[in-house]
Amino acid sequence: MINKSKSSNLDFLNGDEAVAYGAKLCRPHVIPVYPITPQTIVVERISEFVANKLMDCEYIHVESEHSAMCAAMGASLVGARAFTATSSQGLAYMHEMLHYVSGSRFPIVMMNANRTLAAPWNIFGDQRDSLAQRDTGWIQVYVENGQEALDMIIQAYAIAEDDRVYTPVMVNIDGFVNTHTYELVDIPQQNDVDEFLPPFKSKNAIDFNHPRSFCMTASTEWNMEFRYQQQQAMDNAKKVIEEVDKKFGDKFGRYYGGLVEEYRCADAEVILVGMGSIIGTSRIVVDKMRDMGLKVGLVKLRFYRPFPVEYFKGLSNRVKAMGIIDRDISFGYEGAVASDIKSALASSGFCSKVINFIAGIAGRDITKEYIEEMYNKLFGLTQGHDEKELQFIGLRW
Amino acid sequence: MAKPQIVKFKFPESLEEMPLGPSAAAGILTEPNAGWRVQSPVIEHPKCTKCLLCWVLCPEGVIGKENEQLEIDMNYCKGCGLCAHECPKDAITMVQEGEADDQ
Repeated sequence: MINKSKSSNLDFLNGDEAVAYGAKLCRPHVIPVYPITPQTIVVERISEFVANKLMDCEYIHVESEHSAMCAAMGASLVGARAFTATSSQGLAYMHEMLHYVSGSRFPIVMMNANRTLAAPWNIFGDQRDSLAQRDTGWIQVYVENGQEALDMIIQAYAIAEDDRVYTPVMVNIDGFVNTHTYELVDIPQQNDVDEFLPPFKSKNAIDFNHPRSFCMTASTEWNMEFRYQQQQAMDNAKKVIEEVDKKFGDKFGRYYGGLVEEYRCADAEVILVGMGSIIGTSRIVVDKMRDMGLKVGLVKLRFYRPFPVEYFKGLSNRVKAMGIIDRDISFGYEGAVASDIKSALASSGFCSKVINFIAGIAGRDITKEYIEEMYNKLFGLTQGHDEKELQFIGLRW
Repeated sequence: MAKPQIVKFKFPESLEEMPLGPSAAAGILTEPNAGWRVQSPVIEHPKCTKCLLCWVLCPEGVIGKENEQLEIDMNYCKGCGLCAHECPKDAITMVQEGEADDQ
């Protein structure tokens, strides 16, 4: 990330509050939302903004997450900009509607606070909730801290509402580690955001003069073409994401790198790939090991869908070994992120030099020591040591 | 009868002509629509007093009063039988589909 911001509008916010400010700056017309830990503070702050007339929007306290997504879809259908937020069980509950929204091409933006799924029930963080929504047709981005969360809510609308995309965006932020951690956050000025993100003029809305029926059946003879369009939109999004990142950086001074960000990778022999809050900790470990003369690098995977397959194809001939940190597991195989990266690497024959680390499940800490251990295992692999392809890090026994 | 004209649906001929998401123009008729009718209403005109209760109640709006006798547009009648049930003069009989022509 490159930060050239000269703004001084700093406030001490937690990640949820940063998301609430991000949403406020985007001037959504309708916010249907249902509170769930650890997303609740987003709901509380937005309801305060509305109650105190700092936000001019229709705030709907719906009876469930399924209804939240239905209401957001209805809002988008009449051309309104819609925002919602959820987490874990709530995301699972709205699963059906996620497909409806993406298939109907409504550019809704949603924040998801990453939290593990029951059972065993637990409110703390991992990324199984959103990774399990892989095939719902939503763009998924994972952020590292509160500042990026705020910035990505704004960028998410610019991406979703682009004519070439018209696909909903889920902004994922790690539960508690980010949602409840306070940091200094630069809150952009409203007039700057207004310039960056003009009012939403939907090209997919009901119009009294040209009535249309929406979300209708498409028969077998026609259904597949709609799916092909969704795939095209995702492919287009790759370019749009890079463009929006550049445009945002030019306006606000913060460039995040688009689909992925590399940290000290230029001459790296071994690299770790991760998503979300773990990147912050990993940067510190990389710096420490670099000081010791070890050529380690870090890849921050920002967008999980669309997946940066071209990037990973090009990475295999640059490094000697790669570790993939998954805060999830697809039981019976391996981590979801690892599967995708290894699939991109398949033609290179590089997969034998990859270790998938399963870590940080249900909020278990991923410490600096664990990350250093991962790098050391990767060095071991380059020296011919046997390493298991799939390893749980931080298990009690 | 003030009924929308049939506008034949134009199917997309390329990806570019596909709508954004599954949507299509509403408020138009694209084809006759009565395929699932099981019984047809048949009016015994000598009994009919043209009270127009059936004309008011028909959920599909397919009963026409423009001509001397009431007429039912069988292209759109779904055969629900509400007109026959409500007719105060019992002037409408529901006849099994396919048998009406024999009357």
